[in-house]
Amino acid sequence: MIQLQNLSKTFATGNGQLVAVDNVNLTVEQGEIFGIIGYSGAGKSTLIRLLNGLEKPTSGSVTVNGQEISSSSGQALRSARQKVSMIFQHFNLLWSRTVEDNISFPLEIAGISKANRTERVKELIELVGLTGRETAYPSQLSGGQKQRVGIARALANNPEVLLCDEATSALDPETTDAILELLVDINKRLGLTIVLITHEMHVIRKICHRVAVMEAGKVVEMGSVLEIFQTPEQAITKRFVAQINGPDAVSQTIAHLIEQYPSGKLVKLVFVGDRTEQPILSRLIKQYQVEVNIVQGNIAQTQNGAYGTLFLQIDGNELAIDQAIHYLHEQDVQTEVISHD
Amino acid sequence: MIENLLPNVDWDKMWEATLETLYMTAMATGFTFVIGLALGIVLFLTSPHQVWANKMVYWLTGAFVNIFRSIPFIILIILLIPFTKFLLDTIRGANAALPALIIGAAPFYARMVLIALREIDKGVIEAARSMGAKTSTIVWKVFLPESYPALLSGLTVTAIALVGYTAMAGIIGAGGLGTLAYLDGFQRDQKDVTLVSTIIILIIVFIIQWVGDGLTAKADKR
Repeated sequence: MIQLQNLSKTFATGNGQLVAVDNVNLTVEQGEIFGIIGYSGAGKSTLIRLLNGLEKPTSGSVTVNGQEISSSSGQALRSARQKVSMIFQHFNLLWSRTVEDNISFPLEIAGISKANRTERVKELIELVGLTGRETAYPSQLSGGQKQRVGIARALANNPEVLLCDEATSALDPETTDAILELLVDINKRLGLTIVLITHEMHVIRKICHRVAVMEAGKVVEMGSVLEIFQTPEQAITKRFVAQINGPDAVSQTIAHLIEQYPSGKLVKLVFVGDRTEQPILSRLIKQYQVEVNIVQGNIAQTQNGAYGTLFLQIDGNELAIDQAIHYLHEQDVQTEVISHD
Repeated sequence: MIENLLPNVDWDKMWEATLETLYMTAMATGFTFVIGLALGIVLFLTSPHQVWANKMVYWLTGAFVNIFRSIPFIILIILLIPFTKFLLDTIRGANAALPALIIGAAPFYARMVLIALREIDKGVIEAARSMGAKTSTIVWKVFLPESYPALLSGLTVTAIALVGYTAMAGIIGAGGLGTLAYLDGFQRDQKDVTLVSTIIILIIVFIIQWVGDGLTAKADKR
């Protein structure tokens, strides 16, 4: 759906050249939710604006649904933008227009007749759950409602791609979840390709299928969300993954528990996908004469399945412990014995 | 009773002068709005980082605006006498005051338009562009409605300044309350004429302010 080839963008600043996007290559598939994560200044805002031609690349190309956006201009670019719509961190609604008139705006731009606009606006208001607020002004809405208007507005001209520029960063956690669910729902129902940028790993974890990690204008790591969570390679990726898994807290607990429970063995299990839903632990306890003490654990749901880590203390006689650990290995669960020294 | 207190006031003349002042103010405000808005939009669109960024046009328009905004109005009227004569074939009467009034006020309003447009949330303009809007669509459907309260309050200030300008235009015989206060009030030493003229001017100014504030408040949905 989207191909970026050797894409670079350099800005001239007061003290020299700033490379915002540095030779990025990536492909986003049709119907996929693709996340780009990075800290502020990593170049992700520039990257997403290259996708709809709000920024022109210094070199390289952007192709969306067969049309080269990076070399389009004038009417061709404006028509393309109706199929690659965008939602924003600060919503960017027209304060002078009501909810329905805001949603109608892109339809006016596309030259849709008044009667058809009214009908389409009604459908969209229903789709995003704003029925009853049609004639409210943006200033009378909560942040979550404003973003729903933004989403309805973005969907008005039946786009193929939705770009989300930090769409939930200005919202509280609960509203963030509601908006993310709406995006997943739209992705499934309309088959819309979504590209989102964020600095919150929570957003990636919750709705993305694949993720690219950006640092200093470069994509430093890319893969399915599960892969990235399971085996982050770059230091920056590990930091993002730690936002969800909190390794500091765990290692402290482990050190503490090693002191507290000198007997038995401490084991770290990593579950990926289907394994999280099988009763591996209860079978382990039933089949082997061991005591199992859960030290710490968490399961995170992602779009490609669940991902979890569990720390166990397994106590009992040496042979039973070894058999139990062997059983875990057999179950294809990534198992790591944390030594006692 | 009133005749005793204000012995020299000719009410028919006063009424005629009031209408002339209102006529000059209304016409000048109307033209100033259109010309100032156009100048302001050109200034905004040609300023650095905007869609029509153009140093030459921006500089020339800016220079024009600054020069005419800086010349004291009383001098501007005198400087424009040949121009007015060329345009209207006379330099007397309410219409003859209009070129000077408009050329004096439009650059002043253009600056206020520029400030109003700069206040528009850049994100909203970006959003309109991301939807595939043309520049003309952005001007009509984003710039004007989103800056409407500021444009309106700027116009209120300009209209009030114009009431003052019409009074100064009295020196070239424009008519209106200024001429009346100057010729009958000051030169013939009829203090009551000056007083009544002043009170009527104050009432006009207060009404403009009140209507302007009311419309601005009503338009602002932020």
